[in-house]
Amino acid sequence: MTQVNSGIPSAASNGLCSCHVCRLVSRRSRFSRREHCPRCGATLHFRKPRSIERCWALVIASYILYIPANLLVMMETGSLINYRKDTIVSGVVHLWKTGSWMIAVIVFIASVAIPVLKLFSLTFLLISVQRRSTWRPRQRTRLFRLLEAVGRWSMLDIYVVTLLAALVQLGSLAVVKAGPAAVAFGAVVILTMFATMQFDPRLIWDPLQKEEIHD
Amino acid sequence: MTDTPEKNALDDIPEAVSEPKRRFSIQLVWIIPIVAALIGLSIAVKAYIDRGQVITITFKTGEGLEAGKTKLKYKDVMIGEVKSIAISNDRSHVVVTAEVTKDARGLMVKDTRFWVVRARISGGNVSGLNTLLGGSYIGVEAGTYTEPREDFVGLESPPAVSVDVPGRQFVLHSTEVGSLDTGSPIFFRRMQVGQVVGTELDRDGKGVTVKIFIRSPYDKFIKVNTYFWHASGIDLTLSASGVKVDTESMVSILLGGISFEEPEGKGDAPPAPPNTIFSLYATRDDAAKHAAAVEKFVLVFKESVRGLAVGAPVDLRGVTVGEVTKIDVALNAKGTDFTVPVEIQFYPNHLLPKANGQEKAPETGDRMLRRLLDDMVAHGFRAQIKSASLLTGQLYVALDFVPGTRPAKIDWKADPPRFPTVPGSMEKLQKNLIEIVQRIEKLPLEQIAGDAGTTIRSLDSTLKSADQLLKNMDRNLVPEARSVLIESRQAIDEVKKTLADARQTLGGANGVLAPDAPVQIDLRDTMREVSRAAQSLRVLGDYLEQHPEALIRGKKQEK
Repeated sequence: MTQVNSGIPSAASNGLCSCHVCRLVSRRSRFSRREHCPRCGATLHFRKPRSIERCWALVIASYILYIPANLLVMMETGSLINYRKDTIVSGVVHLWKTGSWMIAVIVFIASVAIPVLKLFSLTFLLISVQRRSTWRPRQRTRLFRLLEAVGRWSMLDIYVVTLLAALVQLGSLAVVKAGPAAVAFGAVVILTMFATMQFDPRLIWDPLQKEEIHD
Repeated sequence: MTDTPEKNALDDIPEAVSEPKRRFSIQLVWIIPIVAALIGLSIAVKAYIDRGQVITITFKTGEGLEAGKTKLKYKDVMIGEVKSIAISNDRSHVVVTAEVTKDARGLMVKDTRFWVVRARISGGNVSGLNTLLGGSYIGVEAGTYTEPREDFVGLESPPAVSVDVPGRQFVLHSTEVGSLDTGSPIFFRRMQVGQVVGTELDRDGKGVTVKIFIRSPYDKFIKVNTYFWHASGIDLTLSASGVKVDTESMVSILLGGISFEEPEGKGDAPPAPPNTIFSLYATRDDAAKHAAAVEKFVLVFKESVRGLAVGAPVDLRGVTVGEVTKIDVALNAKGTDFTVPVEIQFYPNHLLPKANGQEKAPETGDRMLRRLLDDMVAHGFRAQIKSASLLTGQLYVALDFVPGTRPAKIDWKADPPRFPTVPGSMEKLQKNLIEIVQRIEKLPLEQIAGDAGTTIRSLDSTLKSADQLLKNMDRNLVPEARSVLIESRQAIDEVKKTLADARQTLGGANGVLAPDAPVQIDLRDTMREVSRAAQSLRVLGDYLEQHPEALIRGKKQEK
């Protein structure tokens, strides 16, 4: 834990702004006016524009879609012997019961724990940023990095289901079909990834500057 | 913008190009959660709308059923799923709770039927083989009512015929079910036109009821006078013409079956209404016999019917016109004697006069038949028991005109009517024997014996007098006879002597005349000499003939 130095001025507090497109640093007036990059003409922003708002929207959408993703059927497996319709949780339970503990754990972590963790973490970050919290900005930044890193791994489920659905089509012998939950779940994963992309970690540090930076 | 030379490091940082600020606008990003919410809502609404109806079905056993796995299928389309299986409160059966999909709700009506589909082999078809691997499912057959219902009692076996197959059901009564089972085929002219849908024992246990279903359009062939028989097995008939094997089909051999037919030449009978009750006979011949009008009569015999069996033929001059159906024994009203009432079934159609080869329908000929029978009985038409085979002692009932019987009538009031009988041939024989014995008994044997005694005595005296007579003869006749004999012997001796002399004389003659007698030999020699002399003379004659000169010159010398 290094002492967080709040005295360091940020680029934004000095009126400097880097272009998102060509990375040219240009000087901006403090006034919230729409300005263009002198080199490439892209709109300049001190921070990701409307980052919190967009992030919230995507997080809320993810929350909404997370419900059907867990309630609806993820995968239908039909074979000569039986026909199963599994939601994510029932699939995990089934795997656990049939003795594939490792796989059950992996599936649980990838498709239940991580999405939930992502959503809760994002929510926490958003709330903390909105409340201009100065609580442990470094840890929160680390959490954000973790979110970015882990984001794509919850696609594991979708990969498995889509791969199986594509491969296992043996007529009446065995059939694997992706259920409607797969779509919802995929949407949740993608939306959380977008939400993470929309989140500007600099906002975590801004409250330390005792100044608000918009745009 | 203006340059501020205070910060050299940032001198070369260009100014951003600014433009006038725009009004705050709602972010498009909020469309995403709105859409997500809409999707979520729509899914929720759809789930609510599509929520199935929960029904309960009770089965005797939960064999093959699994909660959360077993499906409900209507025409092999999944319409629901078993949610849970519980045991009923009284522990007598299982209660299956199932959820059916929305579009199958209309199927859950008052008479909808449920059964567990398992692999079955019955009635010539194998069904539900896929359930061996895929597990059983619950078959559903929609009812015809409109009244919805939520609790059902499941069938233990699948319905043989589904409701939506057009056709008609009929009921058959039989003494035994044979090899029939649900699903056994029903043949008409060896073509399968229906199947058995159920077999059950009658309440009184005296027979079985077989429910059959005939598919449309074949159901119109079931007429009121159609007869049915067991088509199972092989009918082997050994007759003078060889072996005749009659089978319906391989399937029916294995699984049993029923055939039906209309009686021939009966014209068109009206089609039978559904659920008409028919009799099911053992064989086609039986059925054909019974299909004709049957008259039942009771024959009362006083004699023993040992050897007469149920099923024995009733015979009219060699033609079987019926059979014995029941043999009983009854005490007569006074309690002094037993009678044997024999019930027969008799097909009087054989008796009806045939109009141009077509038998008249029995329905119309009923009264006529009675009159005819009465008439015949008046002319001496009687039933009697005859022996079919002296070896086996089997009897049969023969109907024929018996001349010289006492007049009798058919008692139509009795049920069944009493037909007059005459004692059978065996009984006649017995009667005759008894009569002979009685006659022998009537003979005055003792008197005869007494007479014989006196006769013998008189014979004795006769013999004695004969003896005396002989003795007298001995005394008086014999001496004289002896003298006569001596004389005659002497005479014979003399005759013998005379004969010996004659023989000697003859012997002498023999001596002369015998071939080796000396006289004879001498005579022969003499004769030989004479013939030689004659020969020499002939030679001399010949020589002299040729050489007459020889007489002078003598014989020439041979050189």
